[in-house]
This record gives sequence, C-alpha cells and structure tokens, in this order.
Amino acid sequence: MNGLWWLIIGMGAITYALRLLPIALSGKGELPPVVRRGLRMVPAAVLSALIVPDLLVHDTRTLSLVNPRLFAGLSAVLVAWRTRNIALTLLVGMAALWLSAALLT
Amino acid sequence: MSDVGRSEFLAGARAELPICLGVLPFGLIFGVVAVGAGLPAGLGLAMSSLVFAGSAQFLAVQLLHGGASALIILAATLVINLRHLLYSFSLAPHLQRLAWPWKGLLAYLLTDEAYAVVITRYQNQPGAEGQPADPRYFLGAGLTLWTTWQLSTAAGVFLGAQIPASWSLDFALTLTFIGLVVPSLRDRAVVAAALAGGTLAVLAAGAPYHLGLMLAALGGIAAGLAVERLERPRSEAAA
Repeated sequence: MNGLWWLIIGMGAITYALRLLPIALSGKGELPPVVRRGLRMVPAAVLSALIVPDLLVHDTRTLSLVNPRLFAGLSAVLVAWRTRNIALTLLVGMAALWLSAALLT
Repeated sequence: MSDVGRSEFLAGARAELPICLGVLPFGLIFGVVAVGAGLPAGLGLAMSSLVFAGSAQFLAVQLLHGGASALIILAATLVINLRHLLYSFSLAPHLQRLAWPWKGLLAYLLTDEAYAVVITRYQNQPGAEGQPADPRYFLGAGLTLWTTWQLSTAAGVFLGAQIPASWSLDFALTLTFIGLVVPSLRDRAVVAAALAGGTLAVLAAGAPYHLGLMLAALGGIAAGLAVERLERPRSEAAA
C-alpha cells in the first residue's frame, strides 16, 4: 500500500473522530467560546488562502497580474456574487479561462 | 424493520432528497477534478467513502496537486472539519441512549447536509421523556446522502478520465471554492477573515511544506475574531 492510501485513511480517521467523540461521550464537556466563534471564520479564511495564490502566484514565487487565471477568477467572483450559483460560477470561470488563455498566448 | 421504523427511515430519506439534488453536481465535480489533478481513480473513490466530507476532499486534492506534504494535508483536514465537533455536540443529547453500534454508524453519516435535516427534526419532535429520538430517521437521511455522494463521485471519476488535461480542469477546484466563499461573505468579520487569509497566503506562498496555508488560515481566523470583537460593543450600544 502506498503513502496516498495511508494519507486518505488518516484523513478519514481524523474526520470520523471529530464526528464521533461528542456523541460517544454523550456530549459531556464543552467547546471553548473562542473556538465556537472561530469556526464561523474557517471556511472564508481557508478557502481564500487557497483561491488567491492560485489566481496570482505562478511557479510558487513570481507574482503575476496579467494571467488567464486572475481574469477568470475575477469573472467567477462577479458571477458568484451576483447569482450565488455554483454551477454558473464554474461555467463562466472555465469559459473565461479558455478565452483569456487563447487571447494571451 | 417494523412499520414505524420503515416510515421513519423513509421520512428521513425524503427530507434529505432536495439537498441531494444540490450535492450531486459537487460529487460529480469532485470526481472530475480529482482525476484531473492526477489522483488515481481508485483513490478518488476511496476518499469519498473513507473521508466522506466534501470540503476536506476538495482541499486535499488541491493540496496534493500542489505537492503539499501529508502532514499539512492532515492538519488542514482537522481545521476544515472541526465544525463536525459542533454538530456532534449538538446531536449528542438526542442520541445518548442509543446502543454503541448506532452511535458509531450515525457518527460516520454525520455530514453538514445530514445534520441540517436531522437537527431540525430532533428539535421539533424529540423522543418521548427518557426515550432517544428515532435513529432510523437519521439513518434514512444519512444513507440517502451517502449513496448520492458515492454514485456522483464515481460518475465524475469516470467522466474525468475522458477529459484531456489541456482543458485545465484543476482550475474548476478554485472556481468551486470561489462559488462557496463569495456568498458566505455576509458580514465584516467574515470578510476580514477572507481578506487576511488570502493576503497571508500570497505573502507566504514561498514558505516550505505549504506551511503558508496553515499560517494564512490561522491569521484569517484571528483577523475575523478581532473585527468581531471590535464591532460588538458598537452593536450592543446601538441595541
């Protein structure tokens, strides 16, 4: 079995533990309030940390403002903001990527 | 199953169905991008059954594609899935009288989408005094979502294998994240978390082992909490 399998098993174990522990302990104990409030910020913080570098950074070091991904990403942000529709965001974003890649190269 | 049991199971399944319609494209997209990002088909399927948590799966594929280490991916899984602790805490009182196998099975099926349906039901119709809320409702809802996720992922993996790499389908991951995060930016604290997270991630993009992601995530959460704290006295004064 290679490393990727172990990684997936590890991810599964962590996720299952988080889902099981409070139920198994019948809800004894409590989460500190700061963790409760912090949880609300997790998706925005983590997802933005994944999105922005993918739009701006090339080859891990060079910042680039003229690239197809930035143009496509900004189009997708606009669509997501106006429509809140993930399927449409995907379609417009991919179309913008292909279009701008064809124009820039 | 008794008649009551069957009808509880079916009621849970029925309540989950509309949500499954929304989950279906996600599973499909996950399968497609997992293959597009170079994950072998079998591992993509294994992820859906062993991890069974959409956002963590998307995150892991994105990080693997970028060459992140296993430790970073496990840490990211922990952070992004911490919310399940909250769900589990909130359902625990309703499930505390159940036998162990029930607890173990229902915990496996505890996703965002199952939680949303089950907690609504348990809060509106708790079990009679001293009785547990009916676990078969949870089972019906959870299994319906599970089946949808597994089948849609499998369809996506199959589809993804037919799509050439030149289509840059890995970008669909980033677009999915944009589609998720933009509508969630409803107040200043969350916007601050997003801005700080995005900025720190760019600044730390050169950091070794993708540590930049953890740094950016923690910095973003701290920024969101700070803004929330700054705003609270003002809103209390207004009220």
